Amino acid sequence: MSLFLETLIGGLLAGTMYSLVAIGFVLIYKASGVFNFAQGSILLFSALLLVTLHEAGLPFVLSAALTMLVLIAGAVVIEHTVLRPLANRSPMTLFMATLGLSYVVEGTAQGLMGAQVHALDLGIEDVPIFFGDVLVSQFDLIAATTAGTLALVLALLFNRTRIGISLRAVADDTRAALSIGINLNRIWQIVWAVAGMVGLVAGVMWGARQGVQFSLSLVVLKALPVLIIGGFTSIGGAIVGGLIVGAAENLAETYIGPFIGGGITPWFPYVLAIAFLYVRPAGLFGERALERV
Amino acid sequence: MTKFSSTPAVVAAISPLLEVTAIEVFYESSILAVADVSLRVGPGEIVALLGANGAGKSTTLKAISGLVLADRAVVSRGDIRLRGESVAGIAANLLAARGIVHVLEGRHVFGHLTVEENLRAGTFLRRPGRREMERGIEEIYGYFPRLRTKRSTPAGLTSGGEQQMLAIGRALLTRPELVLLDEPSMGLAPIIVEEIFEIITALNRSNGTAFLIAEQNVAVSLRHAHRGYVLDNGRVAIEANADELLARGNLADIYLGV
Repeated sequence: MSLFLETLIGGLLAGTMYSLVAIGFVLIYKASGVFNFAQGSILLFSALLLVTLHEAGLPFVLSAALTMLVLIAGAVVIEHTVLRPLANRSPMTLFMATLGLSYVVEGTAQGLMGAQVHALDLGIEDVPIFFGDVLVSQFDLIAATTAGTLALVLALLFNRTRIGISLRAVADDTRAALSIGINLNRIWQIVWAVAGMVGLVAGVMWGARQGVQFSLSLVVLKALPVLIIGGFTSIGGAIVGGLIVGAAENLAETYIGPFIGGGITPWFPYVLAIAFLYVRPAGLFGERALERV
Repeated sequence: MTKFSSTPAVVAAISPLLEVTAIEVFYESSILAVADVSLRVGPGEIVALLGANGAGKSTTLKAISGLVLADRAVVSRGDIRLRGESVAGIAANLLAARGIVHVLEGRHVFGHLTVEENLRAGTFLRRPGRREMERGIEEIYGYFPRLRTKRSTPAGLTSGGEQQMLAIGRALLTRPELVLLDEPSMGLAPIIVEEIFEIITALNRSNGTAFLIAEQNVAVSLRHAHRGYVLDNGRVAIEANADELLARGNLADIYLGV
């Protein structure tokens, strides 16, 4: 029993690491209907920049602040050079543009900061803590708290502020938003900047766990099943989806793994995602068109 | 172009709020939607824009509000002037700041936002303080009391009439001088249509807000409008005072393209 609980809880907590990545996608998808393939490379870029600045001798907080400034500037540049000229094109065009963008961002990161692996020490000791007889990783607990806090802050931003309401208005109906004077370009800049910040948080957590290196951009592939299960348009969905994926892959590895020789974690979430696509294509919390007949 | 009596609403002739001169609009640089439309709206006027499906009413309104750009269409000829300044080719959100607001065909409320959030979104343009925002929204509830009872309901779940009221209320909160209404009667019960037009007239009288209303419902719109234009195949076919248009029995001919 305690093995089951330990596997479940470990999985749930680890799953919040996926949620962190998925939230960045949700933000941009909500506001512009684009699956932003570049989210992974932005995550890598921001983590790498922070580590490089920190290694150059700047205090951690200052490095983080500078990285955020760069992310804001980056959002403005991307909006001007990619989103604005392609506005009102098909989602596929925009997706291809973000695919291209991901290589540009990654290339820039490599060109400026090199391709070495950097260690990132957040000062969190990865010592296990016992709750009764269940073993829980301290790092995972902190990651889960971070994801929870982030979701809460974003929920407040979305529901209580003018920017948040404008953002949801744009997500619902771009033309109507334009007609009442909402500045679409500004909204896109803000969303990309916020998604960049979320990417930074995710990048720091993942970087602290496995080192800041180029494979970080591949966490995109972990976020995809999370989004399919939770829904592309819901931050809550990204959290729940992450929990489900984390728990499911951990349980599968422990209980099914031994029979088929292990190595289940990379593909099991996708099997789960396909099952969800059969029964609930919009995901658990995905928005379907809200219309009264 | 058949012109009826020579002096439709004197105000419009002297200093028009909006003056559209011989515009031509293309979609995707190949589909001609509006061939030659000229019209004017005076300050505080209600003008009806009539015509059959595909006559070019919606495109004309979009050309004026700047929303053509979002449809990848262009005004390729002619000019659009607001208080004498050319505004053709300016983005819709900037035109909203200059006082033109467009209520789109099919209402286009923000379905996942509550009724009150929709109204709030309408106020953002003028950046009001909290108190002022509340006052503006209360004013709209005054005109459309049904909206108050639905204030916390997602707009997508309200009835067609309520959505139309919400779309108009939201637009009014941008403090416009000119409201472009596209088919406000579409899909609504006659009694609701009458209610909406009466509120439009009341708003027009109390605030002096001008309205340009594209409609297929000839009778109701002409009863509330001062003047009217009839579009046919992307051109203005008739321009006259509303009562003259109403008196003229053969509008149906133009609708049917006879």
